[in-house]
Amino acid sequence: MIEKQVPSLAEAIDGIRSGDTVLVSGFGDSGSPVELLEALLDSDIGELTIVANNAGSGNGGIAALLRARRVRKVVCSYPRSKGSVWLERRYLANEVELEVIPQGTLTERIRAAGAGIGGFFTSTGVGSELAAGRETRMIEGREYLFELPLFGDVALIKAHRCDRWGNLVYHASGRNFGPTMAAAAQLTIAQVSEVVPLGSIDPEAVVTPGVLVDRVVKVMKCEE
Amino acid sequence: MSRHPTFPQDARLQSVEGRRTTRQLAVRLAADIPDGWFVNIGIGKPTILADVVEPEREIVFHSENGIIGVGPFAQGSAQDEDLINASKDPITVVKGAAFVHHCDSFALIRGGHLDLAVMGAFQVAENGDFANWSIPGTMIPAIGGAMDLASGAKHIWIMMDLFDRAGVSKLCEDCTYPLTARRVVERVYTDLAIFDISATGVVVRELVAGLTLEELQSWLPVEVRMESSH
Repeated sequence: MIEKQVPSLAEAIDGIRSGDTVLVSGFGDSGSPVELLEALLDSDIGELTIVANNAGSGNGGIAALLRARRVRKVVCSYPRSKGSVWLERRYLANEVELEVIPQGTLTERIRAAGAGIGGFFTSTGVGSELAAGRETRMIEGREYLFELPLFGDVALIKAHRCDRWGNLVYHASGRNFGPTMAAAAQLTIAQVSEVVPLGSIDPEAVVTPGVLVDRVVKVMKCEE
Repeated sequence: MSRHPTFPQDARLQSVEGRRTTRQLAVRLAADIPDGWFVNIGIGKPTILADVVEPEREIVFHSENGIIGVGPFAQGSAQDEDLINASKDPITVVKGAAFVHHCDSFALIRGGHLDLAVMGAFQVAENGDFANWSIPGTMIPAIGGAMDLASGAKHIWIMMDLFDRAGVSKLCEDCTYPLTARRVVERVYTDLAIFDISATGVVVRELVAGLTLEELQSWLPVEVRMESSH
């Protein structure tokens, strides 16, 4: 019997270690696994490398981890969001390392990791300072940069609905990095707002198949 | 050619009769997008485009976070934290919309499937170079999808104020900030004028009311000319 659901957030994050590279889904607050990040905050895990599109805003989620000095490095595409106070503060004080990557390159590097691809060539970034000193190649008359896969020890993702096999369905643009990150980590943990009986998700509608998901935990959907 | 512009006083800018607000500029830009185009709208001013376009126009707006078919801003109880645009504002989707995950969204972008990307910029050079991700020493750098869009969309239009907060022209001879991409900008929509970046220089497509070419030219570090009438 396959049972991916665990009863608590503490059990969901069991096994995450200090120093891990954690892939975190989300674009702004959409698709952000806020409750899982809060569970990390409640633990004593630190020295994390966070890979995400943004670097948190306000005081919740990734921002709370930065505030509590649990983060060693942030790899992201767009850290300059409204209210991204804690990243700015830690970065300007040299307390956090920051690596900024074009968004499409970020997501494709994660995809490569999950898909067994040893790297790829992209034209994104050609002509910018990001191309300095990089391996390039001319293909059909166009210049490309070589990019490596980006693996996670852990992926924390937010989906909308799942079954006990860990098949996931997302909600609207909350899908964003979830399906890609689920494949790229040693341990993939999904928080969902709804768990339904096996067989009640139409196979045509499954976005992330359970084979990519290790644990799911149900969280209360916050109502306005 | 190096010019020495006299940048306009803020009071003079404020008094230009036809100077466009961001919303008016969005309406004007949307009128130039052909029906049937798939158009990425980037963070900042461009995300307003989906809110101002007439519903009967079939322009399909793409948001980098996996939305094809962005609709107007969502109001009140229709707001959904998982349904936002590149500026992180709550939005709606139009009939016919689709959601994809991030990799597919950027495959659309890099793969040349979008007709147009509209982005903001810190600087646009007269050769079509542009800079919109970093001003060293003043802010944390942030690239987002700009470099992917610049490398993949069929056309690149910029939507920005012509002058920065210090009153310096953002249309320039050469970008002094780190480049997003080289020689890709085709058109620049600003509060005061609309420019084409052509192989033979910067062409003014349209001036707002209350502004002459001579006065505009006196403010700019690059030489501009009016579009020749046919």
